[in-house]
Amino acid sequence: MNVLIDHLGDVLGALGTTLVMFLIAGVGSIVIGVLVTVARVSPIPLLRWVAFAYVQFFINVPLLALLVLAVFALPDAGIIAPLEPTAIVVLAVYEAAYVAEAVRSGVNTVAVGQLEAARALGFNQLQSLRLIVVPQALRAVVQPIGNVMIALVMNTALAAAVGVVELTSEVNKVNLIEAQPIAIFAGAGVIYMAIALVIGLAAGWVERRVAIVR
Amino acid sequence: MNSVNAMVSLAGVNKHFGDLHVLKDVSLTVAPQEVVVIVGPSGSGKSTLCRTINRLEPIDSGDISIDGEALPVEGAALARHRADVGMVFQSFNLFAHKTILENVTLAPRKVRGVSRKDAEAEAMVLLERVGIGEKARQFPAELSGGQQQRAAIARALAMKPKVMLFDEPTSALDPEMVSEVLDVMVSLAAEGMTMIVVTHEMGFARRAADRVIFMDHGQIVEENTPSAFFDAPQSERARSFLSSVLDH
Repeated sequence: MNVLIDHLGDVLGALGTTLVMFLIAGVGSIVIGVLVTVARVSPIPLLRWVAFAYVQFFINVPLLALLVLAVFALPDAGIIAPLEPTAIVVLAVYEAAYVAEAVRSGVNTVAVGQLEAARALGFNQLQSLRLIVVPQALRAVVQPIGNVMIALVMNTALAAAVGVVELTSEVNKVNLIEAQPIAIFAGAGVIYMAIALVIGLAAGWVERRVAIVR
Repeated sequence: MNSVNAMVSLAGVNKHFGDLHVLKDVSLTVAPQEVVVIVGPSGSGKSTLCRTINRLEPIDSGDISIDGEALPVEGAALARHRADVGMVFQSFNLFAHKTILENVTLAPRKVRGVSRKDAEAEAMVLLERVGIGEKARQFPAELSGGQQQRAAIARALAMKPKVMLFDEPTSALDPEMVSEVLDVMVSLAAEGMTMIVVTHEMGFARRAADRVIFMDHGQIVEENTPSAFFDAPQSERARSFLSSVLDH
């Protein structure tokens, strides 16, 4: 650990990058994931098909391939964006597919009768989804979404492969200087574990607060 | 009773579930303030009939109108129509993530555009009326079945419906809770609410119905005043149904 403390400034800066990527991509993936789920259970066949294709595409293509594609192929197509925002967008749209799968399993927990009651009261489809279905679906999948968020933190490390200087990339650089791989990478591992632990605890706390009394 | 001033009117309604012909050319007219009780053996189509009136079950052919207006097929017009038709389900179907008060105020606020303050004031009056005012801040799962069903009635009434549909409202209740729900329904009937009630509670039919409809195999077999129906059923099928439900 001492080696990492010797490079504390750089390591903390890189940890900050990792956390910023996680927070923005995390919020983005939850928002996109919920929208994809809504499309997936909507009454419009085209929307349902697009949402299904979205989930299938991102679940079946490796994240690293997407990152490489976005960082090296998009500029070739004339779309030039800074490295870190590009990686954040790719992480968000990728994890959104997993969020969508989790939320969809939550949608299935909402009793059909409640939807009938909503329709009988005069709610339109969108209101039924927004007021009745999505709030209950999300409450049912807090822990699964927490797991997706933990996976997201781990996946931010892949951004190192396309040149983003986040935690893994930075400790790799420290190792090139110090040549103490066990201490350095174990230290980085402990930091990732600590972040995952915090997310897991937060998910548990949120779940207890929003759980539906049954 | 002509169809011009009918509150609910069904004409030549047909409905199939696959090969099963569940509603066979059913016609029914319900006058304003009338209380119609539909009885019949299970599988007779009575619940399906009830659910066609706000199009929770689409029909294959026939016409349904409410307060003189044809029931729209879908979209915003159908949603507006449904807002005027209160429905109470066998399994209550309260929104599990909302308090009782929120259950009652949600539709007035979001569908009718009533302010939260006004909606809550009206909801409390309704909840007091059905006897569960003190439960307003609790969640559905914290209430007994009878209390949940009374909350569901209050939720439907909050939309100030023109007609109330009850689809076996007491069938999922423990016996000791049936009367608390029926009492609310009887008082509602006495206040002049137009009601269509699918039930196995023959006592309620006797007490509150203006007319009893007996259905079997997707058809209306017999309709009459409660006393005439229960004391002197005309058809053999009604006689055998009544003897099976009353002789135990």
